[in-house]
Amino acid sequence: MENNIETEDTTKRLLCRFISENGEIAGESIDLPLNCTVHQLALICNAILQQTDQVPFKFFVNENEITSNLQETLKLTQINTEGVTDIVYQHQAVFKVRPVTRCTASMPGHAEAVISVSFSPDGKHLASGSGDTTVRFWDIDTQSPLYTCQGHKNWVLCIAWAPDSSKLVSGCKNGNIIIWDPETGKQLGKTLSGHKQWITSLSWEPYHQNPDCRLFASASKDTDIKIWDSVLCQCVLTIAGHMKSVTMIKWGGQGLIYSASQDRTVKVWRASDGILCRTLEGHGHWVNTLALNTDYILRIGAFDPVKDSNKGTNDKKKSQEFALQRFKGVSEPIGERLVSGSDDFTLFLWDPSKDKKPLARLTGHQQLVNDVKFSPDGRILASASFDKSIKLWDAKTGKFMHTLRGHVQAVYMVAFSADSRLMVSGSSDSTIKLWNLQTGKLEIDLPGHADEVYAVDWSTDGLKVVSGGKDKVLRLWQN
Amino acid sequence: MPQNEYIERHRKLHGRRLDYEERKRKREAREPHKRAETARSLRGIKAKLFNKERRNEKIQMKKKIKAHEEKKTKNVSEKVAEGALPVYLLDRDVKSRAKVLSNMIKQKRKEKAGKWDVPIPKVRAQADAEVLKIVKSGKTKRKAWKRMVTKVTFVGEGFTRKPPKFERFIRPMALRFKTAHVTHPELKATFHLPIIGVKKNPSSPMFTSLGVITKGTVIEVNISELALVTQTGKVVWGKYAQVTNNPENDGCINAVLLV
Repeated sequence: MENNIETEDTTKRLLCRFISENGEIAGESIDLPLNCTVHQLALICNAILQQTDQVPFKFFVNENEITSNLQETLKLTQINTEGVTDIVYQHQAVFKVRPVTRCTASMPGHAEAVISVSFSPDGKHLASGSGDTTVRFWDIDTQSPLYTCQGHKNWVLCIAWAPDSSKLVSGCKNGNIIIWDPETGKQLGKTLSGHKQWITSLSWEPYHQNPDCRLFASASKDTDIKIWDSVLCQCVLTIAGHMKSVTMIKWGGQGLIYSASQDRTVKVWRASDGILCRTLEGHGHWVNTLALNTDYILRIGAFDPVKDSNKGTNDKKKSQEFALQRFKGVSEPIGERLVSGSDDFTLFLWDPSKDKKPLARLTGHQQLVNDVKFSPDGRILASASFDKSIKLWDAKTGKFMHTLRGHVQAVYMVAFSADSRLMVSGSSDSTIKLWNLQTGKLEIDLPGHADEVYAVDWSTDGLKVVSGGKDKVLRLWQN
Repeated sequence: MPQNEYIERHRKLHGRRLDYEERKRKREAREPHKRAETARSLRGIKAKLFNKERRNEKIQMKKKIKAHEEKKTKNVSEKVAEGALPVYLLDRDVKSRAKVLSNMIKQKRKEKAGKWDVPIPKVRAQADAEVLKIVKSGKTKRKAWKRMVTKVTFVGEGFTRKPPKFERFIRPMALRFKTAHVTHPELKATFHLPIIGVKKNPSSPMFTSLGVITKGTVIEVNISELALVTQTGKVVWGKYAQVTNNPENDGCINAVLLV
């Protein structure tokens, strides 16, 4: 009797087993002491999964994160300790992105507001499009201007890098598209004209489907979607079907093209022949933006942010396989998820490859939703709204997680760091703010811009953040 | 009157005479000389009429030449509109708004010196006698230490009047104001904004402390409604404005925002 009491005091035990996010059981169920800490859990989990390198994990019991030790979390959840407790583990990024803290360079040059900025997928180039009709390439290492590309006749509205970083396409307000070579700053081929009104969005074919990076799609205000061949400089396919301006286009990894429009629908097209597969209806007003949970993977193509980015192989077949494998790693467990943000203040979560019914309707914003992004690991969803707040949602279920407040005016754009632990947001109140996603709190406030911030981007290797806005200056932020 | 087109018919049948082209050329070449001869020889009213007609002719000619030239050089380049917007703002009517975003250090320095670049630099000084009316008191109305402010005043929220014995300055309720019509000079728009306080009445520091508002007075107004932000992303809520009218005559306060 005495002996029994003693053991209860010192080590209360619990029968547990580890389960992955997708429900795969790892190893046998084991007897764990209740005061087992997160660190110890990680060690055990690594041993069970037979990882050679130590991988960081997050653990959950009944969707409550274990922050210090098992006991504390169990108190909260009050589950039956008699049976086997399932501990869900989540892989975290092996590397950590350090938060950017200061402005290392403000690069003037544009004569008008900077409308779009973008790092190349390999993180070596930086391009910006502006209202002064030029596209500019910037040298990241010396933080100085590299090339000024003239060719457009009106505001350069959107730019997009090819997934192998060999080309940049830019679309202007007159409806012309130009392909640029980032190495020389010269125009490749001729100007692609065909759209009757301005270009709203551009998207490249994923690397794992075609490592040559030839095709890209463009969406326009004139309700058309066009697929272009960047080598022959001609239109391959014109897809018509929307009733109003197409606001956003995404070329998914499964051979589908997703397009959002002001006619309140999201349409899914087959990329190979442009046949309409599905029309996703549900929104009550313009659909402004789209995001895929594979966005980050599709963007970086075959580049690996963990390894040295210079170690790119020349073997296209190999890198294509690598890209495909990584894409499957993200998309296979739950499929390609799509989220759309709208003027009706809501977001919809879709599984566009299977169903035309939404998985979830995410409500809570009090103004229109301007930007939506998935985190690179596909677990978190961030939506920026004109109601001055950013909301975080669980990407799997659409459950609300946090509201990030701090901006005093409309939030225009958000960008995630590569390790999904941090996020930056650019706003109309002329500041950029850095948020910690684990705590859901403001990490650092980054003032500096003299006017509205229109575009922000976090480089794929996580080292730098770039922002541009109405004050015509491009700013680089670093640790 | 000819009964039909016999001249044309003849021309079609037989053609023109052989020297037609040459004669025509010569006649045309002679035309300026003939015209000059007429212009030289005409006198009086006929000369006037002739010259007037000729002038109009020349104007028309020049216009035509210019129009032709413009047509040739039309497709050069259209001006690119200013104020570029990102795609997501193109279909929304974004109202243009001038930002405050002033340099805070500069502003602090200005504030310290108590000097502002004001729209009305020279203001007519208000004499004490003009602003303050003597109020006689006492049983036989012999005492004259009370003053009544005859101009518009701003009185803070939590102000309570003192007992009559100690109240030296009376600020009549009818002349108290809480709001002003403030014009933003860059936006060219006027807003109805609450007053926060009187910063400076140039006539006298005593008027400033009393909250007297006359033409040229610098007042602080609450502009949070305009949603202007500073460079660090904070909402500006208090900003100075100068009064541009005579509120005591007009019954309202008009002011210009100092940016």
